Amino acid sequence: MGNKQTIFTSQQLDAYQDCTYFTRKEILRLFHRYRDLAPQLVPLDYTTGPDVRLPYELIGSMPELKDNPFRQRIAEVFSEDGEGNMTLDDFLDMFSVLSEMAPRDLKAYYAFRIYDFNNDDFICKSDLEKTLNRLTRNELTEDEVRMVCEKVIDEADLDNDGRLSLEDFQHMIVRAPDFLR
Amino acid sequence: MPKKSDTARKLEDVGIDIDGEVESAEEDKKAKGKGAKKTAAGKRGKAVTSEDGEDEDEDDEPPRGRRAAKKKKAAQADEEDSDDDIPQRRCAGNRRRGKVRESGGDGENKKSGRKSKRGGNKKQKDKGKGKDKDNDKDSDKDEKKKKNSSGDDSKSDEEEESMSEGEMAKLMEEVEEKKKLIANIRNKPWRMKRRLKVLKEAQQFVDKFEGALGKGKGRKLYAYKVMMMKKWIKFQRDFENFRTSCIPWERKIKEVESHFGSSVASYFIFLRWMYGMNLVLFGLTFGLVVIPEVLMGLPYGSIPRKTVPRPEQATAMDYSVLTDFNGYCKYSVLFYGYYNNQRTIGFLKFRLPLSYLLVGIGSFGYSLMVVIRTMAKNADVGGGDGEDSEFTFAWKMFTSWDYLIGNAETADNKFASITTSFKESIVDEQENQKDENIHLRRFLRVLANFLITCTLGGSGYLIYFVVKRSQEFANMDNLSWYEKNEMEIIMSLLGLVGPMLFETIAELEEYHPRIALKWQLGRIFALFLGNLYTFLLALFDEVNSKLAEEDSIKNASIWFVKEYYANFSANNPNYTGTPPPLDPSDGIRGPCWETAVGLEFVKLTISDIQVTYLTILIGDFLRALIVRFLNYCWCWDLEAGWPSYGEFDISGNVLGLVFNQGMIWMGAFYAPGLVGINVLRLLSSMYYQCWAVMACNVPHERVFKASKSNNFYMGLLLLILFLSLLPVVYTIMTLPPSFDCGPFSGKAKMIDIVMETIDMDLPAFMGTILGYLANPGLIIAAVLLMVLAIYYLNSVSQAYQNANMELKKKMQMARDEDKNRRNNKDSTNQVMKDLEDLLPKNAQTSHAHPEKNAEKRHDQGGKSPKVKPGSAGNDVRLQKDVSLASANPNARGPVTRAPGPRGPGPLPGQPGAGRGQGPPPRR
Repeated sequence: MGNKQTIFTSQQLDAYQDCTYFTRKEILRLFHRYRDLAPQLVPLDYTTGPDVRLPYELIGSMPELKDNPFRQRIAEVFSEDGEGNMTLDDFLDMFSVLSEMAPRDLKAYYAFRIYDFNNDDFICKSDLEKTLNRLTRNELTEDEVRMVCEKVIDEADLDNDGRLSLEDFQHMIVRAPDFLR
Repeated sequence: MPKKSDTARKLEDVGIDIDGEVESAEEDKKAKGKGAKKTAAGKRGKAVTSEDGEDEDEDDEPPRGRRAAKKKKAAQADEEDSDDDIPQRRCAGNRRRGKVRESGGDGENKKSGRKSKRGGNKKQKDKGKGKDKDNDKDSDKDEKKKKNSSGDDSKSDEEEESMSEGEMAKLMEEVEEKKKLIANIRNKPWRMKRRLKVLKEAQQFVDKFEGALGKGKGRKLYAYKVMMMKKWIKFQRDFENFRTSCIPWERKIKEVESHFGSSVASYFIFLRWMYGMNLVLFGLTFGLVVIPEVLMGLPYGSIPRKTVPRPEQATAMDYSVLTDFNGYCKYSVLFYGYYNNQRTIGFLKFRLPLSYLLVGIGSFGYSLMVVIRTMAKNADVGGGDGEDSEFTFAWKMFTSWDYLIGNAETADNKFASITTSFKESIVDEQENQKDENIHLRRFLRVLANFLITCTLGGSGYLIYFVVKRSQEFANMDNLSWYEKNEMEIIMSLLGLVGPMLFETIAELEEYHPRIALKWQLGRIFALFLGNLYTFLLALFDEVNSKLAEEDSIKNASIWFVKEYYANFSANNPNYTGTPPPLDPSDGIRGPCWETAVGLEFVKLTISDIQVTYLTILIGDFLRALIVRFLNYCWCWDLEAGWPSYGEFDISGNVLGLVFNQGMIWMGAFYAPGLVGINVLRLLSSMYYQCWAVMACNVPHERVFKASKSNNFYMGLLLLILFLSLLPVVYTIMTLPPSFDCGPFSGKAKMIDIVMETIDMDLPAFMGTILGYLANPGLIIAAVLLMVLAIYYLNSVSQAYQNANMELKKKMQMARDEDKNRRNNKDSTNQVMKDLEDLLPKNAQTSHAHPEKNAEKRHDQGGKSPKVKPGSAGNDVRLQKDVSLASANPNARGPVTRAPGPRGPGPLPGQPGAGRGQGPPPRR
């Protein structure tokens, strides 16, 4: 493992392995992905835990996220400052949650955060409209959008407060056959 | 929540020393929670008293501790709010699914606590849901605080080395709890920083106190156990690392996934899965049959069955012969006929015939197991009731994006397909049934099905005809290449043309594409299966005719050998001693139908591979080349217009794979080498198809998502496995094997080898026991038992399903009620409406309308609005109505009634009083 050891101490690697769904190799690969985004910013030595943040512009340009309509939201939710600027920890965190191994509950939680555009802990109509417009690139008419949003609330809102709470969301989402990501 | 947690984090940042304690304290109390609450949960009263006691304890502590505790309390309140209701909510969600996840002790505790509360205020359940939670949280907090202090106690005690038994147990539990936390930390929706910190502390805690546990004798043992545990965990982690690095083609598949979406990738994952399974089959066959035979069996040319007969020897090495798997190939380990019927071979006394049979059966067993296990796992993963359309729009909204897409073009297609699907559902919603010319459509569908049935029948007949003809050809010499390979060509062509034909016919039907795909798959499958089975039937004809002529050949060959010896002694009268044995290549041979069957399957597989690869090469690669390069000098735009680039045909490819696997299963018994060929095929097709799909295909216009719960392919695989099991088992159980080739020659049936082994190698009592076991009476009883078990389990699952439905219905009902109650402030709920309508009137006019009221009540009883008529629901719902209405003051909140004094209305007119438990109208 020779030179790789200098990036992280083995304790760090172990800790990361405990905290994410990745293996040692994957963590290192992710680190290199992270570093490749901005080689001049990210040091090769993480043993001292330097405080480096990559701006959202770089994160959002990764091929994994580039075409995702929710990339900004994803970056915002996972970044510590809420604006999409990510430290390595945030970065690992994001990929860990998005990876295949993460359990549905955790994914549902983060999915909820992602779809909750205004961070008020509820998915309300405006959130839904934003989601829908991003999904369809504004190709639906306003009436259609409104109707779909109403239908969604109608279907999934269990406690009838006109917005989806996390509980509603989880209830709905864990049954979805397509909810894998 | 994020805001709160932000504050919490700030707090962390500001005072790290405090914070450390907070964290650990939090952990402490969690750890404690379990032990202490186990006792406390049931008897809350006691807990309260003990709390008092604890408080006193706290007083005894030095002031430092107190201050710390206070700080802790303050900090903790924040912490508590910010983070602990996440797991709480999650646990609520979990509970709904009836599955307690490992998120662990804290969740459970809370649940139990809450439950006990629930028991108490059941009556106010609806009203005080939120409150209830709060209460719980408070009480939890209290308890936790208490536990903090006790945790400190135990720590300080610890340092003084005066631990009592109970404290030991507590500490032990704490440690266990920490360990659990370490194991599950990745499931917590926290920031990485926090997770790392908590993890570190937990680990430190465990390290510190783990060694202290256990005393005297137990101590060493405990330390040893702990050490071994650590080693074991490390080993597990390394093994896991190793295992994931062993999964092949991960990156390749991911690349495909990002270009084409998860549906195309699912094909490759299926291919990889298939490869894994075949690798195991290959290991079984080669390890237990082929390699022992090569190493220890008689060498080539020693006996007739291992020698190419003399008339064929001249051409046996010709390339054309070898590519047909004749000549030396036919008389090699690849085929059944090569194996000798010696009971044991080599110095190891390896029982080859027995092993041959067991491997044949065992590979079926293994495949069945693997397929069924995978299916069960898939069924488990799938959200269960994915079919009902409760959440059409919600699902579409939140789950339609394929997060694995990383290619702009695919993303464009995905956007388009999402938009269309939304539009479709909107249209569906707007006019649920568009009945434009239903008769024409019905007619067209019937017509399409009729055509398809005709096609299927035709293809079946064609194959039967061809196989018959090939039997005639077999007796003729100097055949052309086409005549020799006619059957394989026809079958491959049918496999190629049939699906296209079906697709064209299916356009008549105008099904929704997803349904159309299923139909299409089913039809292609039927075609393949029909072809395979006609092929088999024809083969059986051939086998039977060969079996019929076998007797005469057997006599002839015995007679031939005798003749040879007689001639020999007649020609060399001076020769004494035994005459030299007959050269193995001479002599009359039986037809050896097993090898013939194996040969057919091998040829079929080879031609299938060829056709598949050629199709890819021509249909995809050449097409892509032409489209790409001729585009510069063509009259219309080739890329956008007609030929365009190919799309990856998932369903066809999957079916081809499944079908191929069926042939392997069937043929592997007669040609052990087939499994090896298949492994090679899968390996090469992994690379080849990956390349082809990346190089010359374009993403689908309608990108669909593969869902893991899709057991359709697996179901097909299972079906074909079962169908290929039948003929093989039939031959093993009933047909007599050839008399002069294969490991079972000389037996009446192949299965007799097992009997022989039981008789000769196992002790006698085993034989008797097995004899009893094979007794029909016992077998029938066992089968009966199994049938009963199946019936029982089935009915149980049905009952669960019913209960599930019932619950769902109830939930729906409750929801509707709730909705009605809230949405319409002027209340569609009749009871409330009545109340609200009547009361002010009463107040103003001071006139009572008992009749009207009664009437309305009656109405309401008859049909409550906006509620689907449930089966047994009516009176239940009525009751609920009442209780809901009365229990929830909010519903009455919006009623804006002048709070002024009411006129002296006659009491009988007051519906509120009539309703019973409802709170009396305010005065």
